[in-house]
Amino acid sequence: MPPKPLDYESINENVKRSQYAVRGELYLRASELQKEGKKIIFTNVGNPHALGQKPLSFPRQVVALCQAPFLLDDPNVGLLFPADAIAKAKHYLSMTGGGLGAYSDSRGIPGVRKEVAEFIQRRDGYPSDPELIYLTDGASKGVMQILQTIIGGQGDGILVPVPQYPLYSATIALLGGSLVPYYLEETANWGLDVNELRQSVNQARYKGITVKAMVIINPGNPTGQCLSEANLREVLQFCFEENLVLLGDEVYQQNIYQDERPFVSAKKVLMDIGPPISKEVQLISFHTVSKGYWGECGQRGGYFEMTNISPETVDQIYKVASISLSPNVPAQIFMGLMVNPPKPGDISYDQFVRESKGILESLRRRARIMTDGFNSCRNVVCNFTEEAAKQAGKVPDVFYCLKLLEATGISTVPGSGFGQKEGVFHLRTTILPAEEDMPAIMDSFKKFNDEFMEQYEDHRGYSRM
Amino acid sequence: MAASFLMRKSSAVRFRNLFNRSIAVLPNQHQIHHHPIPPPSSSSLSRFFSSSSPSMASSDSPFPVTVHNINPKVVKCEYAVRGEIVTLAQQLQEDLKAKPGTHPFDEIIYCNIGNPQSLGQLPITFFREVLALCDIPSVLEKPETPALFSSDAIERAWSIIDTIPGQATGAYSHSQGIKGLRDTIAKGIEERDDFPANPNDIFLTDGASPAVHMMMQLLLRSEKDGILCPIPQYPLYSASIALHGGSLVPYYLNEATGWGLEIKELKKQLDAAKKDGISVRALVVINPGNPTGQVLSEENQRDIVKFCKTEGLVLLADEVYQENVYVPEKKFHSFKKVARSLGFGDKDITLASFQSVSKGYYGECGKRGGYMEITGFSPEVREQIYKMASVNLCSNISGQILASLVMSPPKVGDESYELYRAERDGILSSLARRAKTLEEAFNKLEGVTCNKAEGAMYLFPQIKLPQKAIDAAKAAKTAPDNFYCRNLLHATGVVVVPGSGFGQVPGTWHFRCTILPQEDKIPAIVNRITEFHKKFMDQYRK
Repeated sequence: MPPKPLDYESINENVKRSQYAVRGELYLRASELQKEGKKIIFTNVGNPHALGQKPLSFPRQVVALCQAPFLLDDPNVGLLFPADAIAKAKHYLSMTGGGLGAYSDSRGIPGVRKEVAEFIQRRDGYPSDPELIYLTDGASKGVMQILQTIIGGQGDGILVPVPQYPLYSATIALLGGSLVPYYLEETANWGLDVNELRQSVNQARYKGITVKAMVIINPGNPTGQCLSEANLREVLQFCFEENLVLLGDEVYQQNIYQDERPFVSAKKVLMDIGPPISKEVQLISFHTVSKGYWGECGQRGGYFEMTNISPETVDQIYKVASISLSPNVPAQIFMGLMVNPPKPGDISYDQFVRESKGILESLRRRARIMTDGFNSCRNVVCNFTEEAAKQAGKVPDVFYCLKLLEATGISTVPGSGFGQKEGVFHLRTTILPAEEDMPAIMDSFKKFNDEFMEQYEDHRGYSRM
Repeated sequence: MAASFLMRKSSAVRFRNLFNRSIAVLPNQHQIHHHPIPPPSSSSLSRFFSSSSPSMASSDSPFPVTVHNINPKVVKCEYAVRGEIVTLAQQLQEDLKAKPGTHPFDEIIYCNIGNPQSLGQLPITFFREVLALCDIPSVLEKPETPALFSSDAIERAWSIIDTIPGQATGAYSHSQGIKGLRDTIAKGIEERDDFPANPNDIFLTDGASPAVHMMMQLLLRSEKDGILCPIPQYPLYSASIALHGGSLVPYYLNEATGWGLEIKELKKQLDAAKKDGISVRALVVINPGNPTGQVLSEENQRDIVKFCKTEGLVLLADEVYQENVYVPEKKFHSFKKVARSLGFGDKDITLASFQSVSKGYYGECGKRGGYMEITGFSPEVREQIYKMASVNLCSNISGQILASLVMSPPKVGDESYELYRAERDGILSSLARRAKTLEEAFNKLEGVTCNKAEGAMYLFPQIKLPQKAIDAAKAAKTAPDNFYCRNLLHATGVVVVPGSGFGQVPGTWHFRCTILPQEDKIPAIVNRITEFHKKFMDQYRK
């Protein structure tokens, strides 16, 4: 019997090669346990609302009114909706060509793209062209579209930080391209070293790979670091010299928990540098409604902004976008509201600020609690034997995380899902569980960790966790 | 090789810094890609693929990403529905705004795309009530809410919110979609087909299109892998096959028999492809058809299912128009139902069925909601499909909710039933009338024949263009059907898509026109097109 097209051996190898640990083995095991009734704390994915963060009220009110525009004519509408939400709903509905139910322009509603451009201009101090801003079903879709445009085959390489958010490795594998890793330096606060970059590029070229693009994730995922302006300048200079397009994943730009290093966009730094670099380096910047203090992951809203990309290439990118017809319209409105939030004097302003500040300050506190908590655990820059893990048939960090899950219900993602230096193991956890649950979570983590180390510690050689 | 590589790169950097782009940048020479993969046999299909291959001459651009070195599959694929003619129309629209009165029409009417609500179709009230409530679940408990929302909408919103972990509508869901919603959809499928459906076989997606992409990605390993597609077809198929590096194997629908699908044609094309060394993996069937509008007979469907089983092909059943059937003598039957009625189970046939919230009577294109139901494949492959779905995390929640509503609308006795029924019937009967009116109008035009639209949202008339017109098109460096459509646009403001965007028997010319403008606009549209056509034929008749 010849193999059938959908038999395992007959499917696309690129699909088999592609891995995405955030929803991989650990997550599936956690879901199984949850079905069996065990209480699971999902810290595996940046999904704030799933852990109790409430949506901001104002945007939800606006979108609800856009969903049901017949409410706008109802005399009772004021019972549930403030006047500024009503006005905003009308504002966005007038921008659509038929309400939420019509395909929009494949690039997104022009009026919303204009608002995004204005936001970028206010943020950076440089003009932004709405024609070069495309709205997408989440930033991930945008990343996939751009990588698809760049990668023709194995000979095309993309510089990706290690550790990285595995969307990049998974997509590069799916597209049959080559991932060219550059290691962030853990001991230097996950900093980026241009010499390391140069080495990685040279090694790749030696192997016959054409390195076409460089990804930076700023602020970092999973590492949380913010790049300094100097670092960004170095990166842009590097891209200029090495003829690379810079892909700036900036989805966490609203999640800054220290004051020493604020977020600066790659675009701003590029423009600050001035010509010729500012007119030559190709840059694509990504943003989303899923992170920040909005956390509206389920809406699937995002955008990318193109800088120094030729009209012919933009046409091709437009063409690919048009095949999917249009990004979902409700999320486009969320994006508009995100870049254009309530202003002082608006009816909903106070509540909006209260809710936003509340979320950001709580995130800040939780980041602190967890960092302190982890640092107080034994060996969290640790020693433990890899033997037990090997016997269980697991990679050491997967072994650790599975044990952690079974003992405590805390579901994390092993560092191997993001990439790490050989012999060094990590796990990624989010800082999203509810604040009141944090002390208990950190206690239970510490208890588990100290017991685990007791059981498996090998005083001879060691691996760092 | 590697050494000269490095030398070229460093010299290029030097040149660049010194001479400021006046010299061709050497890295680009290395990056020059092979010629695009030649399109498959039929010349009419070359239109699906960009005929302009990027020139071999190295561009003088220093940029790493130029149209000469981007993914050749991107350059190759085409999607006419939002292609050249639409760009032209948008320019004319700008013109009208800036200088009213400069054209013989005062508005552009977009008949190029199945986008009902952009042309005045209203959404189903009940669905929108539920969606709005799910956006603001905190109001479900408020005493004021019943003053604005019907009680069954409130009840439905509650039951949906309760199936969402943490009642969090803003959270990423399970990568296949929220379990409770898949349960609802599975039940809806069972009620439709009278055969069981498993919620674990369902993958909710941002519209049906991403699901089609997933299957193409899974099935296509190289250009040696082929997918049988109907000609004419909805160009998502040709585009996604090109993007994923595979080969489109055409099978021609028979215009003379109402766009009939003949098994002997399938067999003929399959065998020819195999002879060419193509491994044919799947058969795409669009039922009801797009752009052709035919609804397959059950017998035809049985033959197709048997054919797939015998030939070991995956059946990709695009059923997004399942609620758009306008003729009493035809009914929609899902391919799953047909397969199960034949006694075929998971071991007999691998089937992916696609549904969407964009069509039917709900027309919710902008929401991007849809799903695929996959049966008859191994657990290992299911794992891979799950993995692909997980990279994008999940589809948008609002679209997921809408998909569940579409598959479980209000029932007799529900508070909202009467209104729902009236809205639904109003829309469907109006679509049926518009289909009939436009079909008759097209058939009255000189040299034009138009098959009936039994379903879907389109008419695909054939125009026998006189030689003079074909020559004029050649002189204007464009395909004859494109020439006709451009002229039509300039004369009437009506936007239709040339048949070459969908594929047609070589030497025949068509265009696709939707039936979606509001009913009161149809007479004016018919008059304008009729007038234009007469003038066109007067000008180009032999």
